Amino acid sequence: MALFKYPVPEKLIDENGLRIDKRKYNELRPISFEVGVLPQCDGSAYIEMGGNKIIAGVFGPRKVQPRHLAHPNKCVIRALYRMATFSVEERKSPAPSRREVELSMVIRNSLEPAIFVEYYPKTLIDIVVQVLAADGGTRCASINAASLALADAGIALKDLVSAVAVGKVDGKIVLDLNDIEDKEGEADLPIAVMPQFNQFTLLQFDGNMTKEEFLNAINLGLEGIQIIYQKQQDAIRAKFAYEYSNSGELTEKNEREDE
Amino acid sequence: MIKVDSYKIISDLEKRHIESLAKRGYRIDGRGFKDYRKITIETDYVPKAEGSARVFLGNTQIVAGVKISIGAPYPDTPDAGVITVNAEFSPMAAPHFEAGPPGEEAVEVARVVDRGIRHSDIIDKQKLAIIPGEQVFILFVDLYVLGYNGNMFDAGELAAVKALMNTKLPKYEIVDGEVKLVPEWTLLEIEDYPVSVTIAKIGNTLVVDPNANEERVLDSRITFALNSRSEIVSVQKGEAGTFTVNEIEQAIEMAQEVSPKLREILKA
Repeated sequence: MALFKYPVPEKLIDENGLRIDKRKYNELRPISFEVGVLPQCDGSAYIEMGGNKIIAGVFGPRKVQPRHLAHPNKCVIRALYRMATFSVEERKSPAPSRREVELSMVIRNSLEPAIFVEYYPKTLIDIVVQVLAADGGTRCASINAASLALADAGIALKDLVSAVAVGKVDGKIVLDLNDIEDKEGEADLPIAVMPQFNQFTLLQFDGNMTKEEFLNAINLGLEGIQIIYQKQQDAIRAKFAYEYSNSGELTEKNEREDE
Repeated sequence: MIKVDSYKIISDLEKRHIESLAKRGYRIDGRGFKDYRKITIETDYVPKAEGSARVFLGNTQIVAGVKISIGAPYPDTPDAGVITVNAEFSPMAAPHFEAGPPGEEAVEVARVVDRGIRHSDIIDKQKLAIIPGEQVFILFVDLYVLGYNGNMFDAGELAAVKALMNTKLPKYEIVDGEVKLVPEWTLLEIEDYPVSVTIAKIGNTLVVDPNANEERVLDSRITFALNSRSEIVSVQKGEAGTFTVNEIEQAIEMAQEVSPKLREILKA
């Protein structure tokens, strides 16, 4: 049982058309990335998207254990999505939930189309996502971070994958649902896209929309995804600019290295 | 969690290297025998947790969060609240970790951290009782290991204690024998600041804060949790090696020497 049931605001969009966190209908929450945060992984990335704090690590391509799972023509992708017990209002049981099992699969299926799987036959790529703080839209934030972690690992990608949830709140189509809009709104539509090709790799929907609303929502999502895509690219550039700079300055990151 | 054994095997060459360095007074990463790696602590890291902390000990990284619920006390301590510690090693923490329920290593970390907290009387558990015998606060301290590079015990203890140090407890009133929570918060009262010091025996040398390479070659390790008065509150000897009385005495002295520095970092 959660300690408190916080009252839900009567109106999720006020008379000026602003949402409960003062955003406009087409505005993303603050979003930031950091690439290469886990030295033990082949690739890693951290994302803060609104109140979400999520870390993703990638291992591979590496040997498949047990070996019979290996595929002769392509690599096998394994994804694990885990939520910390304290990431949500009511303590989550530490045992894996059905939701976590499904989201692990959904994340794998969203990222696999972007990977040149045939470049890495008989190998395994492991993607691990840990949600430390949740605030609505964790699957989309996870995909954003995991896609950067794959790029950081040097795995050949057709494109990054960028994801956002669109929804319907008080009858209006809005971009990037927060926790309350996600729970109290009328519809939730998480999408992930390879932005260069406008190919959808994730499409889920819960709620109620007309065909027009649905297409509007998708287009609004694509607008948001362009911004996220740009930020992802900036983040990965920032990491490699740092790695190859000759400044030799001792940064906090450097001091942490102890191996 | 299933271990891929090959990862545990360190080449004899490296083992001998670390041992011979130790004999000559050196460590593989250049530290002195009583030096900890760099410790960084962030607090109030998770908004929805009642308390939280993220600790870096070198490349070892642990996030701790505290969640509070209300439940029945243990029958043998009806007027005391409950604190339980859990640890989970994320598969991202090391290349050889696998997904699955906590293995014996994770359980040992959770238990050792738990005992360090329990026996230092960090919190007056009577104060966590709401209606003695019926309803008490239950504090879940959950540790997530995101980076595994040796000495989970000391990093875990730091993370758990720091998370408790910024844990907020809801106020409550009792109306007709029913507990009603008021959405106002008070900081949990901390009565002691236990720290844990892990010492590895490599050959015949004792070193504090073993990193992952040292953990693979050590003969034996011992973890002391010490309270603010430098009294020993819990001990765990680990791995299959042995200690002599002299070595135990030496280890206690080392732990007592370095623990005030750790406590200073914890309280900062």
